[in-house]
Amino acid sequence: MYAARGRLDTLLIEKGATGGQVLLTDWVDNYPGFHDGITGFELMDKMTAHVDRFGLEKKFAAVTAMDLQGEQKVITLESGEELTAQSVIISTGAKPRKLDVPGEEELQGRGVSYCATCDAPFYRDQEIAVVGGGNTAVQEALHLTKFASKVTVIHRRDSLRATAILQEKAFAEEKINFIWDAQVSEIVGNDEGVESLNIQHNDGSTSNLPVTGIFVLIGVVPNNEMLPMEQLETDEGGFVFTDHEMCTKLPGVYAAGDIRSKNSRQIINAAGEGATAELSAEHYLSNLAVD
Amino acid sequence: MEDKSKHVNTVNDSDFESMVEKNELPCLVDFWAPWCGPCKAIGPVIDELAEEFAGKVQIVKMNVDESPATPGKFGIKAIPTLILFKNGEAIDRITGAVGKAQLKELISKAS
Repeated sequence: MYAARGRLDTLLIEKGATGGQVLLTDWVDNYPGFHDGITGFELMDKMTAHVDRFGLEKKFAAVTAMDLQGEQKVITLESGEELTAQSVIISTGAKPRKLDVPGEEELQGRGVSYCATCDAPFYRDQEIAVVGGGNTAVQEALHLTKFASKVTVIHRRDSLRATAILQEKAFAEEKINFIWDAQVSEIVGNDEGVESLNIQHNDGSTSNLPVTGIFVLIGVVPNNEMLPMEQLETDEGGFVFTDHEMCTKLPGVYAAGDIRSKNSRQIINAAGEGATAELSAEHYLSNLAVD
Repeated sequence: MEDKSKHVNTVNDSDFESMVEKNELPCLVDFWAPWCGPCKAIGPVIDELAEEFAGKVQIVKMNVDESPATPGKFGIKAIPTLILFKNGEAIDRITGAVGKAQLKELISKAS
């Protein structure tokens, strides 16, 4: 939005749908200005409409490679087309982390889900599980109680990391119960769908929990497959390091949102970082013009 | 959501057999619902594909709220799910909001 208003010659390259992970969110209750709360989809729809009003050019394509060193940055698309730019803002975001246990891959879409808001209505009056203990896990567990008869939250620690107001709601909800200090070791099912979970408890014991669905909400991994990792500095998780002006170590290259190495992954953070990155890019480009 | 695309027809439980299973063309069925953000978000890509493959592959949408029987029959528990049908048989499927290239790859399995 800042780039379009600044009349920079800007192209937004988007692989799938504009909106990313927010589209997976049932309810956004902490974005300023939306005092009644708003669905993730509506918020993204409004943001898209907002940039459209300023005429931002968009291209729907997947990036396969990037060369960000040097003054001309080169971006290769899946079609083989090469685009050049003087400055690039990396905002590829993150995607849900998988459990990486037997049965997960085979049963995806048949009882294994990473999006409660998409799939909750398929579990009306059924018993299901949520794995995780952060904000996303607890928020979506609460959403799932609108449909499921029982929601078991499986968490590897003995307390939740979610913010206090979500914890209060979860503990007060009769349909939610907890299995603490435990991890899912296998998802059991067949062509018809998920049947149960094998659970490994931290004290060494094991158990089996019959459920028809499991929602895996255990954090995110970076969308960095298309990034030139050898040119950038990243943390051990593969997230890109920047300074507080969103500058990466490469001149003219910035990063914003969940792809950055940071602690808080909130919509408000991402929006602010996007603005900061754009202003940094604008400053960089105006200096280039002077030179 | 009103379907404005001229290439993407909607199907329901009652006409699924005639529209999809007995269709001479391969059919890609997009199972979606109005409450699913990613489903709506891939809508424009589905419309583009329908235009590109017009006359070769029939691309249709089914609202799982209005037509619960068909998704149940195919074991759908997550949306968006896209199933490719050829000669009445479900030959492959993708779940999740994937990109255009992956959808094209799915469609190519019909030929």
